[in-house]
Amino acid sequence: MIGSWFSETDGRAMAGGIKKCMFVNRRAPHGTLYAWEGLDLALTAAAFEQDVSLVFLDDGVFQLKREQEPEALGFKNFARAFKALPDYGIDAVYVERESLEARGLGTGDLCVPVRLIDADSLGRLMQEQDLFFSF
Amino acid sequence: MLHTVNKSPFEKCSLESCLYHASPGDSVLLIEDAVYAALAGTIVSRRVSEALATLEVHALGPDLAARGIDVRRLLPGVGTVDYRGFVRLACRHRSVQAWL
Repeated sequence: MIGSWFSETDGRAMAGGIKKCMFVNRRAPHGTLYAWEGLDLALTAAAFEQDVSLVFLDDGVFQLKREQEPEALGFKNFARAFKALPDYGIDAVYVERESLEARGLGTGDLCVPVRLIDADSLGRLMQEQDLFFSF
Repeated sequence: MLHTVNKSPFEKCSLESCLYHASPGDSVLLIEDAVYAALAGTIVSRRVSEALATLEVHALGPDLAARGIDVRRLLPGVGTVDYRGFVRLACRHRSVQAWL
């Protein structure tokens, strides 16, 4: 039961049982189902009123590429769902600067506003988390 | 020989191994997540550009479009083909090897 991950209280939990949940997205969007599954679980976590952050690094940055049209290949265009993240209370969307630059991309290539973060800062941000979900 | 590659060059070494073993005159077709290798300005661009000296490199158009990659962002010298072009490439070569 997914909800139990977010509803149990333990030593790491913050006041009120709210945990800092970081979703670490490292895969390209359409070659595997990881990206879609990750987004699905992130929205679930947000529905359980957790402190959710999404991080895109390595090939995960391709998930946010603008103008994807995967429908012609029979894949779902879940990039559209990223635009709804604020409606789910998810405002912490981070993209690692180094990963973006290594792939010839800039923030102007992305379909939603993001917080650009360098690898050092991301490492520190990870130290503050209670739970990680890796996709 | 026609080589097809379907994995991202930033995650797997399939493309690197393909280029290392390909012979002059061969063609390489980038499909699925390997089409990211066709982007200009990446950490693998130099390797792909070097390969263009002896190999043809193509990317599958529908897989580029699905991933939001405009053909104007491709490395100079990398061509695009549609599914018919894929078949033509396969017919033009004696054999096809898939680097999975």
